[in-house]
Amino acid sequence: MIPAYLLLLLPLLGILYFGLLGHKEDVGKQNIRFNGVTLLLSLWLAVNVFLSGTILSTDQYFIVDSFNVYLIVLTAFVGFTTSIFSAPYMAHEQEIGKLTANRLRLYYSMYQGFMFAMYLVLTTNNMGIMWVAMEAATLATVLLVSLYRTPESIEAAWKYFILCGVGIAQALFGTILLYYAAIQISDVDNALTWSVLYENAKLLDPEILEIAFVFMLIGYGTKIGLVPLHNWLPDAHSEGPTPMSAVLSGLLLNDALYAVVRNKMLVDGATDSHIAGYLMMGFGMLSFLVAAFFLHRQKDIKRLFSYSSIEHMGLMTFAFGIGTPFATFAALLHMTVHSLTKSAIFVTVGHAAQISGTQSIEKIRGLIKTQPQVGWGLLIGTLAIAGFPPFGVFASEFLVLLATMQSYPWLAPFLLLGIGIACAGLFRNIQPMVYGEKPEGQQAVQANLWPVMIHLAIVLWLGLAMPDFLADWFTQATILISGSAPL
Amino acid sequence: MNVLFAIIQTLLFIALAPLLAGWVKWCKCHLQNRRAPSLLQPYRDLIKLTHKQPVVSKDASWLFIIAPYIIFSTTALAVSVVPLLAVDLPTASSADVIVLVGFLAFARFFLVLAGLDVGTAFGGMGSSREMTISAMAEPAMLMAVFTLTMTASTTNLSFAIDHVLQEGLVLRPSFIFSLSALMLVAVAETGRIPVDNPATHLELTMIHEAMILEYSGRHLALIEWASQLKLMLYGVLIANIFFPWGIAETLSLSVLGYGLLAIMGKLALLVVVLAISETLLAKMRLFRVQEFLSFAYLLGLLGMLSHIILEAAR
Amino acid sequence: MEIENLDHYSQIILSLAALVMLSSFIMLAQGRLLRLVFVFAVQGFMLVSATAIAAYSFNNPHLYISAAITLALKVIFIPWMLRRHILKLNMHRDVEALNNKTAIMMGGASLVVFSYYVLHPIMQNSSMVLLNALSLSLAVILLGMLLMISHHQAIAHVVGFMSIENGLFFAATVSTNGMPMVVELGVAFDVLVAAVLFGIFFLHINSSIDSLDVDKMNRLNEVDQ
Repeated sequence: MIPAYLLLLLPLLGILYFGLLGHKEDVGKQNIRFNGVTLLLSLWLAVNVFLSGTILSTDQYFIVDSFNVYLIVLTAFVGFTTSIFSAPYMAHEQEIGKLTANRLRLYYSMYQGFMFAMYLVLTTNNMGIMWVAMEAATLATVLLVSLYRTPESIEAAWKYFILCGVGIAQALFGTILLYYAAIQISDVDNALTWSVLYENAKLLDPEILEIAFVFMLIGYGTKIGLVPLHNWLPDAHSEGPTPMSAVLSGLLLNDALYAVVRNKMLVDGATDSHIAGYLMMGFGMLSFLVAAFFLHRQKDIKRLFSYSSIEHMGLMTFAFGIGTPFATFAALLHMTVHSLTKSAIFVTVGHAAQISGTQSIEKIRGLIKTQPQVGWGLLIGTLAIAGFPPFGVFASEFLVLLATMQSYPWLAPFLLLGIGIACAGLFRNIQPMVYGEKPEGQQAVQANLWPVMIHLAIVLWLGLAMPDFLADWFTQATILISGSAPL
Repeated sequence: MNVLFAIIQTLLFIALAPLLAGWVKWCKCHLQNRRAPSLLQPYRDLIKLTHKQPVVSKDASWLFIIAPYIIFSTTALAVSVVPLLAVDLPTASSADVIVLVGFLAFARFFLVLAGLDVGTAFGGMGSSREMTISAMAEPAMLMAVFTLTMTASTTNLSFAIDHVLQEGLVLRPSFIFSLSALMLVAVAETGRIPVDNPATHLELTMIHEAMILEYSGRHLALIEWASQLKLMLYGVLIANIFFPWGIAETLSLSVLGYGLLAIMGKLALLVVVLAISETLLAKMRLFRVQEFLSFAYLLGLLGMLSHIILEAAR
Repeated sequence: MEIENLDHYSQIILSLAALVMLSSFIMLAQGRLLRLVFVFAVQGFMLVSATAIAAYSFNNPHLYISAAITLALKVIFIPWMLRRHILKLNMHRDVEALNNKTAIMMGGASLVVFSYYVLHPIMQNSSMVLLNALSLSLAVILLGMLLMISHHQAIAHVVGFMSIENGLFFAATVSTNGMPMVVELGVAFDVLVAAVLFGIFFLHINSSIDSLDVDKMNRLNEVDQ
């Protein structure tokens, strides 16, 4: 349990440290160090879980099992690589006068605050605390979205704040209903403790849990960005600083989905009906298709990829909704590869926007000629996210498709259609940006593309040959979520 | 004996109505730092009016002349079914809320016709306004009353009061709403501030006064008396339905005397509330009256909803 | 069990529930910001009294703490802060034109029916009459959302947001006698931080569009202009 506590403590210290000393010169490097140490801690925790199974803290406030530990590692990893990217990026923003030292201090402090909220969502064993941490994640990021203080960014942040705040209030109502169902069977102190509830799920009143789940899905679904609750997502992604877009897409959405899946496990335990699954499938499919169509209409490069995030979150929600071990395995894999690919893409997008000084798709041209690494990075990242073999996204999407054919064959054409439309939508926009002549006066910028390369390499690796220990890991998580092993 | 008592109760009601009107004036005058007329002033006005010769326009039809009698007698009939001092009278079986609303609507119908009859501009204007307001007030009133009748499972006033009395002190959320709704409706129906101002003859704002502008002498006296009756009727309804304590359940003399004192006390208090609100509020524009009454309707609706949601048996 | 068989404490709590709902309706129709904030404070106060009565009648001291937190946050701090902003930004004389008030009110009434319908299965299967108030708290939540839709001043949105929190708090009190302390503290902390952030946002919005009318924030749009 010690690494878990340290994992939570370190970002807390980070908030204070950057809050006090965030105006110093080497602050970006410090942020990398903080995130690097948390990454090591998360690996330590993962090894512990790998060796001894689920860890429950003695006061039952924290739980680390095979499902959330892999998300913890993923969170720490993406947090680390994004911090590598963000150090030169934010320094550049300060150089061109978009940010002041004080805002930078806020940025780094809240970066750690956001990481803390994410770790708390993942490790807590208490459904109430999970809600509190989820809300805290909104609060930590809302000022970052409006970091540039342009009218657009303030509007985006306000929209983000209000929509997510109201949305997540529904989740609290669902949590209250769950608590009401739970105090009928358990004592007050343990009534929101997930591990206790999970063991006694059979005793919970199914009718209450079904209603509660609807509220939870609406609430956390707002944060996942499920259509029709997605309006905040493209705005927040496009107007905030790019590292923020990377962690929002790569981490926050995942964690919201994690909260929904945890609740789904309870509901499935209490009821025999598949109601939670059907709801998730419906919302997931809707988001997937709507977002795929919206990709064609985008004029802003960051909005383009945030719609792509909605699309992929919809796909994952759909796969978790199917609920068979096979589909769950596919969803877990997709969560991983999507996080890695999407944060890599946002990193390159950030550099692309800095090169051409705009986020408008029509004005970004000739990236490969200006700065080949950025151009190729963007192209390869897009190839990966669109689901081309041999990348990991292809593998996971293929698995989702297979799982759908197994359980609901009539839905498979819709999936294929969505993937096709999304692919077309991405490429019609990406192609003119990376190829072509470079506009006059366009200069390369100082860029650190190591994170992109590492992420894409891992995604490629996962697509070609998944290492055994990772497959074991996913299998264990699948057993936990859906009850039996895939295949 | 009982029948006799019912008649006495009605007569008492009719006799006391001007006194209540005098009490309203007295309270308002004192709140506004004016010298108040005597409490008996409304009686003096009525007597003076009856001694005067009524002047009737040459264009007026027979309807104009009989209307005051019809209005007064239907209002008196309405009054007779309302339990003032005691429940369980012979009139109780006909003491139905719907009958009551019907009587009042009948009286209003004739008042409006009389206003139109002479063909003056003011009469027609007042009549149209009166109908507009009543069309919006009636649903609100019925909604409030239905909440009450659902609780008591009867539309009979006497039985409903009895039910509330038997139950003892129960704090019902729905009653809070119906009470407020009924108060708002009463203000609108009896033409008080902020919907109408009984003391003004300012052309543009009149409603009730505009309709009866052509009346004089004993006709006017009857109409004035009828409207005083109506004010008291609403007061008694509110007082006895929501705070029935003190009303006589048996017909012994001491209990009845106690009942008389109780209802007078309750009415006196209610009038103080009315006088205060009339002093604090200004008359609202005619076009805002619909907001006022739709708020009353909303209150009635919320009362009904909270009855169903919060109080329903399972 | 019917309401007349309950003790007076529960009757008072139920009546307060109904009044909390009424205050939500009053807020819905309120175009003046200062009055809106005042009604919000009154709503908070009714919540506090309901919680304190529940604490006393169920002999649950932990609810006193939640009542105290709510008193400090929702009755004193947030209304004070909003009032200060309204006065500072000189908005206390503005009257927001609400179109179609009657339709909004009737929409609100149907939301009450809807929330009753949604939670009916829960209420039917439980023995506690007090649980009926749960559907009113859901109604308060939905009415708060309606408030945010129908008003376009940022301050009105914050009041709506906070009244949603009120509804949630009331739901927790009536259905479960309050959440575990640690959760309640966490939620209160979130609300506090949210309130402070809202204050910061008022300044930002005001300096960016020179008004707090969020309808004027329409730069981000999916449709091409």
